[in-house]
Amino acid sequence: MATNSSLRLALLAVAALVAVAYPIVSGSSGSFLTIVWAKALPVLGIILLLQAGQVSFGHAMFFAVGAYTIGFVGRAMAGGELVLLLVAAAFASLLAGLLVGVFVVRYRYIFFGMLNLAFSMVLFSMLEKFIHVTGGSDGLRIARPTILGEAMGRAQYETILYYVSLAILALALYGGARFLDSPLGHALKAIKSNETRVEYLGISARLVLLVAYVASAVLAGLGGALVGAIQGIATPDYAYWVRSGEFVFVAILGGTGHVAGALAGAFVYEFIRSSAAAYVGDTWQMTLGIVLLAVILFAPRGIVGMAADLWGRLTGGSARAEPAPEEADAPDAPAREPRPLRIVGGGR
Amino acid sequence: MSHIIILAVLDGVAYGSLVFLVAVGLTLVFGVMRILNVAHGSFYALGAYAAASLGLGLSALGLSPWLSYPLFVVAAAAVGVVVGGALERFLLQRIYRHEEALQLLVTFAVFMILDNAQRLIWGVQPYFYSEPLRLLGNVAVAGITYTAYQVVFLPLVAIAVLLALRLFLRRTLAGAVIVAVTEDREAATAIGINASRVFLLTFVIGTTLASLGGALAAPTTSILPGMGADMIVLSFAVAATAGLGQIEGAAVAALAIGLGRSFAVFFAPELEVLMPYLIMVLVLLVRPEGLFGKATARKI
Amino acid sequence: MSALISARGIAIRFGGVVAADGVSLDVFAGDHLAIIGPNGAGKTTFLNICTGYLKPQGGTVQFKGRDILGSSPRAITRLGIARAFQIPQLFLEQSVRENMLIAAASQARRFAPFARLADIPERGDVEHLLALVDCADVADRKAGELPEGKRKLVDIALALALKPEVLLMDEPTSGVASSEKFTIMDTLVAALRERAVTAVFVEHDMEMVSRYANRVAVWSAGTISRQGPPAEVLNDPEVVRTVIGG
Repeated sequence: MATNSSLRLALLAVAALVAVAYPIVSGSSGSFLTIVWAKALPVLGIILLLQAGQVSFGHAMFFAVGAYTIGFVGRAMAGGELVLLLVAAAFASLLAGLLVGVFVVRYRYIFFGMLNLAFSMVLFSMLEKFIHVTGGSDGLRIARPTILGEAMGRAQYETILYYVSLAILALALYGGARFLDSPLGHALKAIKSNETRVEYLGISARLVLLVAYVASAVLAGLGGALVGAIQGIATPDYAYWVRSGEFVFVAILGGTGHVAGALAGAFVYEFIRSSAAAYVGDTWQMTLGIVLLAVILFAPRGIVGMAADLWGRLTGGSARAEPAPEEADAPDAPAREPRPLRIVGGGR
Repeated sequence: MSHIIILAVLDGVAYGSLVFLVAVGLTLVFGVMRILNVAHGSFYALGAYAAASLGLGLSALGLSPWLSYPLFVVAAAAVGVVVGGALERFLLQRIYRHEEALQLLVTFAVFMILDNAQRLIWGVQPYFYSEPLRLLGNVAVAGITYTAYQVVFLPLVAIAVLLALRLFLRRTLAGAVIVAVTEDREAATAIGINASRVFLLTFVIGTTLASLGGALAAPTTSILPGMGADMIVLSFAVAATAGLGQIEGAAVAALAIGLGRSFAVFFAPELEVLMPYLIMVLVLLVRPEGLFGKATARKI
Repeated sequence: MSALISARGIAIRFGGVVAADGVSLDVFAGDHLAIIGPNGAGKTTFLNICTGYLKPQGGTVQFKGRDILGSSPRAITRLGIARAFQIPQLFLEQSVRENMLIAAASQARRFAPFARLADIPERGDVEHLLALVDCADVADRKAGELPEGKRKLVDIALALALKPEVLLMDEPTSGVASSEKFTIMDTLVAALRERAVTAVFVEHDMEMVSRYANRVAVWSAGTISRQGPPAEVLNDPEVVRTVIGG
């Protein structure tokens, strides 16, 4: 066991080293990987919510809140300062998450998913409609901000964004893993299997879910801010349902049993997109749908789950990750009891 | 002023009738199968595109535009039976025992696929097919001239569908079987009802209603990519406001949301998009089970 | 002596079925009160009402003189009334130890977002409780993998981890192997006495009632038809006829 975990630690160190050294060695500014780091953030948020069994089809709204926030604040400050912009984006998405969260955490499953979708569609159409404020479907230009007071050239700016995104993601993954191992994180998982008992232990399931929801909103907001900073523009598409679907897709692809699923999923997803999108261009969304179905039906534990299996086989045994709960529900399992429609949380 | 109110009412009734057709399909499928079909809005879009294509084909062949009315029904049924039937048989059957989050994800994936498929087939340019609208001419209601198609024909279809569904569920054997499965699946299966056939039938009826809504909407609107996404959220808002699974309730909620939206258009245009959700949110805050739904507690 | 829990005039119907029609019942500090009665009489309903899961159509429930009707299960749990369930209510995807630690963390209000659950100071108590209900050997197994009897015991241990003043149990040992039943109940009841926990248990097994209850209430036809010491109540011919069967 000790060699196993030190081997893991060594692998992690190598991966971190490669990530840090990549721009220096390759000489490129690594904008492909910057996008991976940035997009893994909202995916991590989705994974947090999935611990409680809840799927949000609307998290792109916080992604857009982050991107538009740095656009607005940057415009007001004639460019602005990256550190300040990111803090503003985190704060704005925290507020938005709290506002929407207070309402949606009352509801479960279908209602949770669809209410999130509804809120994101409202934001999407408002971004399109209020042209004089948001620039409509042309979007809002995001000027290149200064970084710690220094004006940057393009290449230098992109390199710094790479490291900023990497650092935020590393922190988020570590924080996410710690959170899931904390009493709150375990209570979050408990909501999925028995919310009634959670309440009967004196814990407010809604409050626990709200904490996770706000955290996921901030993660999505930071991701949106970083992607906006890289691309220099925020458009209503940032809030569109297809993007929300993409986050959920990447989470399932990566594997929802572990925070690393966010990184693995985002990496594989962006890699396929950059290499295959040219071939499947018009059918990209369809391809995503089909792959999503295939993953759900045939590899429900995602990339991280498959990797854990492989790892277990290589090291001879005990490292097998938690089997996904779906397995208990394989088609040949006995039929489950008909369940009452679960609308609200709170233990009833 | 009173003119505007009448105009808003007529708009609301026309719009509510269409939304009802789609929402009642969603709610029927949910009531029987306990699955929320996120791809339901895609059937609305497919119905609209199919109807417009057939209609434009009629014009191209120089045939009577009156044929478009029966063709609408044919288009809707074809979409419902072929696409809906295949979806239930080959995909949904595999996931009835999965947890809710995964069922939602599966229908969401289907939504992504269908949304893309319809852009592949029909492109991104808007389609217009308003011939049937012109055929029925205009009527004057309290001094307001409005198309008969929207304020007479559509509401009549909605009422006919509501009555037909009621009759079907209460008076026919197939309907009784559906009701039995809705109320107690275990008991229904125990007395030998083939739940799998009931599911297929229900799903086909539900998706046919969605595509009928789309086909009938085709003459009244420009047909665009994205209409399916808007409609799934809207019909969910109607179904949730009424209480998921409530058929008559869906009619009331569709009318309320249709009217709410059209009044917003005239009196608070910035609220237009928000209105349906505002109504849903208010109802869900007070009655999470919806206006006509029944609350159930888990047995512990 | 004033009652800890005091129910007055509880009335509740489900459709046409009357589960309670003016039930009044007191639970005194230190009681080990057994509620017995025919199947479906509404005994579990009473526990559901006392813990805020169901709201009766009429009546009041007080805990230490404070009205608790209309409070949520969570608020009532926080006041010191814990409940164990007839059908065990566990977090099936988490380990038995994690189940227990969540309860202990909740009781001690340890919710620092980045502290490890496994490191909370209450972990010693958790191990002790698991040993008490003879589940120390399955602490690392997922709750969903346990046999029914063990789940039942973990369910009780979860309630105990909340350090309640009153513990409500619903057929605590149904499903537990009969060879183990009395050993575990002996330990459990001793632990309850040691911690001065007042206990109420709904029970079908008359041997359990006569061994562990100091008071018995008979729930029948929507009312409390009889209450008193087990020796008297269990030998009452009317009770024997309607409840115990013979």
